[in-house]
Amino acid sequence: MRKLALITVLLMGGLLFYGTPDFPSWGDPQSPASLHVSPYYIEHSVEDTAVPNIVTAILADYRGYDTMFETAVIFSAGIACLFLLRVYRHKSARTRLYRHNLTGVTLRIAKGGKLPEGSAEFERIDSHWVPYDMIIRVTSRLTVPFVQLFALYVIAHGHHSPGGGFQGGVIFGAAIILYAISNDLRGAFRRLSEKAALLASAAGVLIYVGTGLLCLLLGGSFLDYSKLAGILHVDAIMARSHGILIVEIGVGLAVMAVMVSLYYNLSSAGRHDEGL
Amino acid sequence: MESLLTNFLAKYNYWVYIGLVMIGMYAMIAKRNLVKKIIGMNIVQTAVILFYVSIGAKKGKAIPIIAHGHENTGHHAVQALDYISPLPHVLMLTAIVVSVATLGVALALAMKIYHHYGTLEENEIASRINES
Amino acid sequence: MIWPVDLIIMVLVMICGIGAIMVRDLLGAAILFGAYSFMMCLLWAIMGAVDVAFTEASVGAGVSAVFFVAAVFRTSRRTKD
Repeated sequence: MRKLALITVLLMGGLLFYGTPDFPSWGDPQSPASLHVSPYYIEHSVEDTAVPNIVTAILADYRGYDTMFETAVIFSAGIACLFLLRVYRHKSARTRLYRHNLTGVTLRIAKGGKLPEGSAEFERIDSHWVPYDMIIRVTSRLTVPFVQLFALYVIAHGHHSPGGGFQGGVIFGAAIILYAISNDLRGAFRRLSEKAALLASAAGVLIYVGTGLLCLLLGGSFLDYSKLAGILHVDAIMARSHGILIVEIGVGLAVMAVMVSLYYNLSSAGRHDEGL
Repeated sequence: MESLLTNFLAKYNYWVYIGLVMIGMYAMIAKRNLVKKIIGMNIVQTAVILFYVSIGAKKGKAIPIIAHGHENTGHHAVQALDYISPLPHVLMLTAIVVSVATLGVALALAMKIYHHYGTLEENEIASRINES
Repeated sequence: MIWPVDLIIMVLVMICGIGAIMVRDLLGAAILFGAYSFMMCLLWAIMGAVDVAFTEASVGAGVSAVFFVAAVFRTSRRTKD
């Protein structure tokens, strides 16, 4: 089986190798990717939409339809992971560990058992519990707000610098995942519950589609942002720039919520009680 | 011989792309572990993204962000020859996000298989299916 | 496009790619995959694709590596091939 795979892969590599003389040389200005449509986008992006970052302008305005469906794809990936992994059992269905903070006494409650009376000071710990580590806790507590602020900056400044909706959304989700790894997963659940994450991802897709629908209702075609000029009280070019910003906020919200929801489901194997 | 050498040097990014596609395809076909197959899938995806980005590159030109673009009056005409082509970058942004979505679902499937059969090696899974 | 830098990064990309599928420890494979993502991000930044490099740095080396480690944590860590 391995020899057959090796022979097939070498054959495929040889065929691709045989096709390389037809490819354009690296750094060739006359390559076909640079000839037909992209000169129009480069020359007319600033005067049409007032956005200097050409990639953001193409992604959210000229090719906005693709981006809308890609947001729907990532939303459906979050829902699919939820369908595959989520199990709804009662909290007492596994052995749990409880620990008293001051004395270090640990209780192990078997399957189906209940916590005994008068043990309100015991708190739930993970099966792979380690003692309190000051360096990790303090460093993550210092870093998480700055990472979130940077993520909001990347979303908002996507017009002038590399960035945009996806990158900012992923960085925001990574900040919440950092908090969930360094502290308990249950602490992250208290701050951003599963229901809130799923609602946020749906809201992100709704913002994108809703903006397109609003442009349709105002008399233009779907996702034609220049018709938003009446509502926003600006001229048509700045309306396109603001439309791009609204759409990027929707994309960032959806991507952040799906990253967090995927991490919740993957690291706790669907049970949502203890994690990495 | 001289033209062969210049031909080789002018296109060395394509050899890397072909090598990575071969590595990723071999991992997807020949490895028995499911997580190794998923890693191979991601290697193939990033190799294709490398190919698309490298056909849009130009030697010595500027990145596709127009400097001084926020001045509305009297902006000098933008020459398309001064900038590299932004169209492959846009398509590849979508491809990266789709690859992370596929990765999440693939890892969820692998976890479910492990919970059901107790192993991640594909020959052991096949033998356990044949027994039951 | 300085060719010595290009050559070194491409060699590192191939080494990380081969290493990620050859090691027997799945946690090591996940970390090598994160390193492979970072090297690809550098390569695209050299070619001028700054948006793509930004996205790959945050997605591939940030979130993808964490998903792999979480999945390896919930399944087994050793593999026979």
